[in-house]
Amino acid sequence: MTDPFIRIEGIAKRFIERGGAQTTVFEDLHFSVEAGEFVCLIGHSGCGKTTILNVLAGLDEASEGYVFVAGREVKGPSLDRAVIFQSHALMPWLTVMGNIAFAVSSRWADWSRERVRTHCQKYIDLVNLTGAEKKRPAELSGGMKQRVGIARALAIEPKMLLMDEPFSALDALTRGVLQEEVLRICAETKQTVFMITHDVDEAIFLADKIVLMTNGPHAQIAEIVVNTLPRNRTRHDLHKHPHYYRIRNHLIEFLVDRSRAFSATSAATGYDRRSPPLVTPGLNPAEGEGAEKISAERPAAPTLVAVR
Amino acid sequence: MKGRKQGAPRQAGVGVWGAPLLSLVILLVFLSLWQAGTAPEAGNQVVNDEYAKLVGSAAATGQKSSLPTPGEVGRKLWEHLNDPFYDKGPNDKGIGIQLAYSIARVALGYLLAALVAIPVGFLIGMSPIVYRALDPFIQVLKPISPLAWMPLALFTLKDSSVSAIFVIFICSMWPMLINTAFGVASVRREWLNVAKTLEVGPLRKAFRVILPAAAPTIMTGMRISIGIAWLVIVAAEMLVGGTGIGYFVWNEWNNLSIANIISGILAIGLVGMLLDLALAKLTKLVTFPE
Repeated sequence: MTDPFIRIEGIAKRFIERGGAQTTVFEDLHFSVEAGEFVCLIGHSGCGKTTILNVLAGLDEASEGYVFVAGREVKGPSLDRAVIFQSHALMPWLTVMGNIAFAVSSRWADWSRERVRTHCQKYIDLVNLTGAEKKRPAELSGGMKQRVGIARALAIEPKMLLMDEPFSALDALTRGVLQEEVLRICAETKQTVFMITHDVDEAIFLADKIVLMTNGPHAQIAEIVVNTLPRNRTRHDLHKHPHYYRIRNHLIEFLVDRSRAFSATSAATGYDRRSPPLVTPGLNPAEGEGAEKISAERPAAPTLVAVR
Repeated sequence: MKGRKQGAPRQAGVGVWGAPLLSLVILLVFLSLWQAGTAPEAGNQVVNDEYAKLVGSAAATGQKSSLPTPGEVGRKLWEHLNDPFYDKGPNDKGIGIQLAYSIARVALGYLLAALVAIPVGFLIGMSPIVYRALDPFIQVLKPISPLAWMPLALFTLKDSSVSAIFVIFICSMWPMLINTAFGVASVRREWLNVAKTLEVGPLRKAFRVILPAAAPTIMTGMRISIGIAWLVIVAAEMLVGGTGIGYFVWNEWNNLSIANIISGILAIGLVGMLLDLALAKLTKLVTFPE
């Protein structure tokens, strides 16, 4: 078996509270992301989702454990891992072009101004912002700002994208449109993506795998749901697929119910933190009787069920 | 609905012309009160001509107030404006020359202060430890009246003109230093994170991220500083003497020329306003909408 692109080994985050007591946000997390895979992490607030992303980005350090990307340990931020921030984090004194050019010229310091420009333009066009190059962030809508954030992240041609609830601040319509574009762009560029979300539908629409986290403190990974929906999904026919509601129900049942009491019951079922079970609720017609364990291999093209 | 229809156009008219008209009315009321309060009574000259020449016309006619009328001040001002740069010896220079001296001192002291305060403030803002370590010193030094430094400056620098510049330097320093440190320290975490994930070097980060992000706060400090510097220069020049608009006002007090004093005061106000406007313009240039 080849080494996965991202490998997370036993990371934990602990804080010393005022008064000296130690809080463990999450501990002993193990999971991996293959190259080209779109992985979503779902969990309630307070389970340390953003911290995990920041550790992956190199912006934060885990108290224990290791993170490997492409076989090398993450020691700090890198241009290979682009981050799309929840708050878009655009620099308001720069134009759309300026914001992206700042990133591009940070990556390729020796590029000529003209070359940076053409390169930026390509990504501005990709996110459908053509014509807004000279606008400042204050003149853009929330969705457009996040498009700039996406273009800025993609323009440095990273090996992977890290997204921290990128669409949570947007209205439902804009969110849907942007989700479709992200799916299209990621399919075109074959990006490896790790995304944090608390939106079940977003996860089902975008992800190949959905990592489920239990509630904090002492949060852990409960299981990894394999999304068996075909990858060329669209928002319009997504819910018509027979797998859709099985996966959705499974996720919701977990978030509403099992995420709270998971650690209490997991010991009895032979749960191993080092390799959280991969489950495929989409393939299981009798979802609800307990997820069935399958082999750790990711299913190839899900040909089992034809759409309609 | 009806009210808005009738009110809207009138409101627009009031909005555009209301304030300037009101300003004009206030000015006219003020001037007429001034005129009424200072108008010479048609007093009879009670002394002979030679004595009248000696004591001045006001005393000779038994006038109530020696405060000049607006007309007299206006004429004096007109004289100054017509010939602002004459130089008839150390105690008789045009108001333009005096203002130029003051502006030059302020500019020099202020720029020196900016050269020290902005880089130092930058470093303080970058490091929370240095921030906390220097804070007590800044807190003690900041409230010291700049003029309190004057004797020390005269003693150590041994030159009154340099001392005046030093006083400007020291008083312009604190707002710029504090605002720069604060602006740099409160640059949004997310922008710094963007710089981090882009592996931006320290210099590029300082100039391309922190400086533009903190620029509005820094400029606000610079605007406060120029205001203080202009307040202080007048007092400083009254102390050190020789040249400058502060000295001019004090000298005219010794000459008992109230009209000249009022002209000087007006000039101080106008230049102060222009300095503030200039800095406000610059602040606007670096301010970004969120």
